[in-house]
Amino acid sequence: MSGRTVTRAQLSEAVYQEVGLSRNESADLVESILDEVADHLIGGETVKVSSFGSFYVREKGQRVGRNPKTGEEVPILPRRVLVFRPSHVLKDRINQTLSKPVAK
Amino acid sequence: MVKSELVARLAEKNPHLYQRDVERIVTTIFEEISSALSRGDRVELRGFGAFSVKQRAPRVARNPRTGQAVQVGEKHIPFFKTGKELRERLNPDGNAGPASEASGDS
Repeated sequence: MSGRTVTRAQLSEAVYQEVGLSRNESADLVESILDEVADHLIGGETVKVSSFGSFYVREKGQRVGRNPKTGEEVPILPRRVLVFRPSHVLKDRINQTLSKPVAK
Repeated sequence: MVKSELVARLAEKNPHLYQRDVERIVTTIFEEISSALSRGDRVELRGFGAFSVKQRAPRVARNPRTGQAVQVGEKHIPFFKTGKELRERLNPDGNAGPASEASGDS
């Protein structure tokens, strides 16, 4: 693995290269796409992107947790967590380039 | 919401852009994330979350029907960790859980 990190800057640059928009406007669009996805998730909606994956919100009930340092029991309140389920297309693509084939 | 609905919403908010350009922009962004992950890179979008690739070691699995042992090779799976801000916005009453204190990143 190369261990590099891609950020908003590279995504905006890709948009800038792909469509004839200014760098500023490309950055704004990256932001509005992320905002749009986030807003729908906060509203409890699932967001599906074909050949990429889907994001959905899972409701977790209350449970008893433990402070690992002190061993003390603490209640973990009910909360909502975001789950990303990658599509098969994405998983296959990653495995094709990164994993060695099965040794027979 | 599916991708086409996301495109329609963004086109509505950006009336100066052609819908087909909005479509290309959305496709480009997810394509960029996918290709970064298939290179083994991380994608960090502060406030939203971070995508990374986790390695799964080779193992011996069993065919549940025949009980026969099968060698399964090393695998890589994409992983998403929700960003701090988004996690807090999902839990506005402060129930984001212990993870919100434990990890200061994204």
